[in-house]
Amino acid sequence: MSTPFYVSPQQAMQDRAEYARKGIARGRSVVVLQYADGILFVAENPSRALHKVSEIYDRIAFAAVGKYNEFENLRIGGVRYADLRGYTYDRDDVTARGLANVYAQTLGTIFSSVAEKPYEVELIVAEVGEAPADDQVYRLPHDGSIVDEHGSVAVGGNADQISSYLESRHREGMTLAEALKLAVESLTRDTNGSERTLTADQLEVAVLDRRRPQQRKFKRILGGQLTRLLEGEQPSADASADAAADDDEEILDLPDESPGDASAGSGGSGSEDAADSDASGDDAGKS
Amino acid sequence: MEANPRSTGRLPAAFLTPGSSSFLDFLAQHAPEALPGRRELPAEGVLQAPHGTTIVALTFPGGVVLAGDRRATMGNMIAQRDIEKVFPADEYSAIGIAGTAGLAVEMVKLFQLELEHFEKVEGATLSLEGKANRLTTMIRSNLGMAMQGLAVVPLFAGWDLARERGRIFSYDVTGGRSEEHGFAAVGSGSVFARGSLKKLYREDLSESEATTAAVQALYDAADDDSATGGPDMARRIFPILTVITDEGYRRLTETESMEIARSVVDGRLEHPDGPRAAVL
Repeated sequence: MSTPFYVSPQQAMQDRAEYARKGIARGRSVVVLQYADGILFVAENPSRALHKVSEIYDRIAFAAVGKYNEFENLRIGGVRYADLRGYTYDRDDVTARGLANVYAQTLGTIFSSVAEKPYEVELIVAEVGEAPADDQVYRLPHDGSIVDEHGSVAVGGNADQISSYLESRHREGMTLAEALKLAVESLTRDTNGSERTLTADQLEVAVLDRRRPQQRKFKRILGGQLTRLLEGEQPSADASADAAADDDEEILDLPDESPGDASAGSGGSGSEDAADSDASGDDAGKS
Repeated sequence: MEANPRSTGRLPAAFLTPGSSSFLDFLAQHAPEALPGRRELPAEGVLQAPHGTTIVALTFPGGVVLAGDRRATMGNMIAQRDIEKVFPADEYSAIGIAGTAGLAVEMVKLFQLELEHFEKVEGATLSLEGKANRLTTMIRSNLGMAMQGLAVVPLFAGWDLARERGRIFSYDVTGGRSEEHGFAAVGSGSVFARGSLKKLYREDLSESEATTAAVQALYDAADDDSATGGPDMARRIFPILTVITDEGYRRLTETESMEIARSVVDGRLEHPDGPRAAVL
């Protein structure tokens, strides 16, 4: 038996962090913005079936970048955690803070455990409150730390640049259309300074809408409604009348979503060439 | 961490294991003690617990009505006057429960969660048949309790998005499921309610006629069954009326159900036995 080389703990941790960061940086970004009536999630994601943004509980949503099978596992774990907690106690006792804590512990333990490879994911857990001041947004990097964010946040490949772009332009009390416009602008900026265009097909958009009459505040913005919002039509009509119509849309669109969604999470999308979480996600869907 | 007091706070492995989209399956693996059916039963003796009574359902073109009276009884006592026994199961279905109230409410809570959990994990809703089948499993797991007199018998109604019509499913205590065509009733007053609906039901009822027929049936049940409560004008307690259409679940407001109940009660002042059907 040969003696293993000595690697200092600092070096080992640095290597693991480097590994995770590289994995995350390959994925496309997700941005999360607070607006007047809630919290907006925008992701660049050509797949309609494999989501980067999902509902966890009544007021809580989840967004992630990185390796699909890893964050999908965490998402399902979060749904189970929230549902079990709500069942054991009460629906009001499920909080984003509690969930973020569990995620942080999970990511932290995995990150520092020699036996496991670090997760190449970065998560956002957000909870919409009764008023904008009660909104909570937590960012959870790969190593198990928690960052309490306000206003706007970006994770993924180009996160630093997008974050600073958002920070300088985001203001409180934006309308949904304004926030969406800003989010899409920020996503279209490439690292080298050039700009791309993103169409509705390439975007995954969802909101936690505090005005929604239902208990569950999470809603995907799909199809026609997304196109209308992107074209900048004044969407003040998206109040109650439109909300009813949207619900129809939501249901009509449901069959399009692959029922194999969850199994895809387990269906080892862990190919090494997961250059982009989107690509790996698509593969998983096909396999 | 309540999820697992033994761990370091990290999500236990069971949470991160891919596989089932069912919350019931997850509970059975991770926290079996939380499942209602797994409890230790007293060796002998019959428990006295509040029982819910009559639930009726009927379809109309474009939807289905599910309604329940408000009484819970314990032996010959009225345990509660304003109990609610009809609940939304999800956006497009509702469940009404007769039988042991405590267990029923817990079963409904778990059933709602089961549907919601599936929807969140899979990103798609279950078919109406699928929902009805999940309910079968839950009732069957309660068979031990049912043998001791703590039965739970639901009536499940919903809008079938694929077939575009309202459908009703009834169950027995063993979980046996059967689809009912037109109308159905469960609970102690169901015999009378079914007789009443038999005479009142037509396939071309409008939504408001259907809800009125449901109240008539509950009135008839309350008329002949002491465990079913009729509309209580003095205390302003009216039957719970829910309608499920292609726009989803809707519970009629108190004012709406009061108006229907009042018109039925007014009619009964003239004809105590309710509307007459032709002999031939």
